[in-house]
Amino acid sequence: MTKYHLPVKQLNLRQKLRVKEETRNFYNGIFIDLGELVIFTGNVVRQLFQPPFEHRELVKQGFLLGNKSFALVVVTGFIMGLVLTMQMNPILSDFGAQTLLPGVIAVSMVRELGPVITGLICAGKISSGIGAEIAAMRVTEQIDAMEVSGTRPLSYVVASRVMATTIVVPVLVIFADAFSLLGAFLAVNIFEDTSTTLFMNRAFSMLGFIDLFPATLKTVLFGFFIGLIGSYKGYTAGRGTESVGLSANSAVVASSLTIFVIDLIFVLITSIL
Amino acid sequence: MDREIVIEIEKLYKSFREKHILQGIDLILHRGENLGIVGKSGIGKSVLTKCIVRLIEPDAGSIRVLGTDVVSCDGEELNELRKKVGYLFQGGALYDSMSVRENLLFPVRRTQFVDRKHEPEELIERSLRSVGLLDAIDKMPSELSGGMKKRIALARTLILKPQIILYDEPTTGLDAVTSGEISELIQQIREEYQTAAIIITHDMKCARIATDTIRIMKEGIFVREGTYDELSQSQEKEIRDYFI
Repeated sequence: MTKYHLPVKQLNLRQKLRVKEETRNFYNGIFIDLGELVIFTGNVVRQLFQPPFEHRELVKQGFLLGNKSFALVVVTGFIMGLVLTMQMNPILSDFGAQTLLPGVIAVSMVRELGPVITGLICAGKISSGIGAEIAAMRVTEQIDAMEVSGTRPLSYVVASRVMATTIVVPVLVIFADAFSLLGAFLAVNIFEDTSTTLFMNRAFSMLGFIDLFPATLKTVLFGFFIGLIGSYKGYTAGRGTESVGLSANSAVVASSLTIFVIDLIFVLITSIL
Repeated sequence: MDREIVIEIEKLYKSFREKHILQGIDLILHRGENLGIVGKSGIGKSVLTKCIVRLIEPDAGSIRVLGTDVVSCDGEELNELRKKVGYLFQGGALYDSMSVRENLLFPVRRTQFVDRKHEPEELIERSLRSVGLLDAIDKMPSELSGGMKKRIALARTLILKPQIILYDEPTTGLDAVTSGEISELIQQIREEYQTAAIIITHDMKCARIATDTIRIMKEGIFVREGTYDELSQSQEKEIRDYFI
């Protein structure tokens, strides 16, 4: 939207009408975007079940996307575990509840921090990458070339990437959780000497089905939407080169926001249960 | 004997917001005919060819391609039709993550194209031989020159044995020698594959070599039609100017 530096009262009628028109277009644009995304999602889901299936492309994308984010996810998970433990240790010590530390870290990482932080990292790295790549294919008419030869690019380009992120993101979350526990174990050992067995026993004693199942389900949804939104932004990109950057940027924003919304919905559901 | 009509367009309209691009286009293309379309940049020539394969949805009018109503056909029907219509994009639009071999194999594999006489590998070699670039089979698009990219893109179009080919400025950005070669190639392809074609071009040498008739487009409609010789020797300076 155009920025108007004058206070609204000082704008003439024409400018006011323009502001009104642009505001209406902006909000209409959001609803149009949402509607198009729903149709796009339906088309992609339908393509997932239509042959020919692109197993090779799925494996290739899964490897590329997972490989690209693995180091960042693992290092972040490790640091999160380490920092969280160092921050919580003095607080729990004040209450004489130091023995709960591994369990508290495990629950908070597995239920909340692991999935959300990994999701945000993947939104930044994977979703933007997919958005930029597909937008570049759109700009250079590669997507059009696929469409006019009847090769169904939605299936080859989009469905394979969405499927790949749906599989890869939960796997990355498992690694992030594991490395966060490793970080927590090292941090606990700074304060007192604890054996691996004791630490793991305490950590897993507080983890139940109600922690693992929703957390896993939500990471699957994170993965699906990270791939879907990145692909949607790329697929619907404009024709100019600037649309490549715009697609990458808006893919990060939209998928990050979606991660928070999904997380909120899951927290509400699990708190009711 | 009357030749079969492969493309029939009636009263085609297309606007982008307030900009009226196509304003009632009528066009008929016969089997085996190479039709050239000439006009200023941004006048809507590419929009017209994109409407033919429904890459762009027209606002009004009818388009029949090989007897199928393009405007009203559903997704599957459109996909089947598109396999019979080749499209050569301005920049070639090669898939840059695939080698030349994979670029050619991709449409065969994805459309499950079956040729009883030839295996896919033979089809690839035949198409590449048609454009004189069999040696480039294992190269990546980034290793090819502009002219080579267009030839490979043409080979990729030919592999599905289309009945119609739409050429969107096939010689743009190429030197005179290469553009001459591409123009000759378009003629050879018509003879070898028995295709009909619409050729959008600004290159008058290409129009002379590759087309049978030329239509001049202005303000969203065709204003003149004729052979290269007829139009280039027109009494009207405005028409002659296109051929300078």
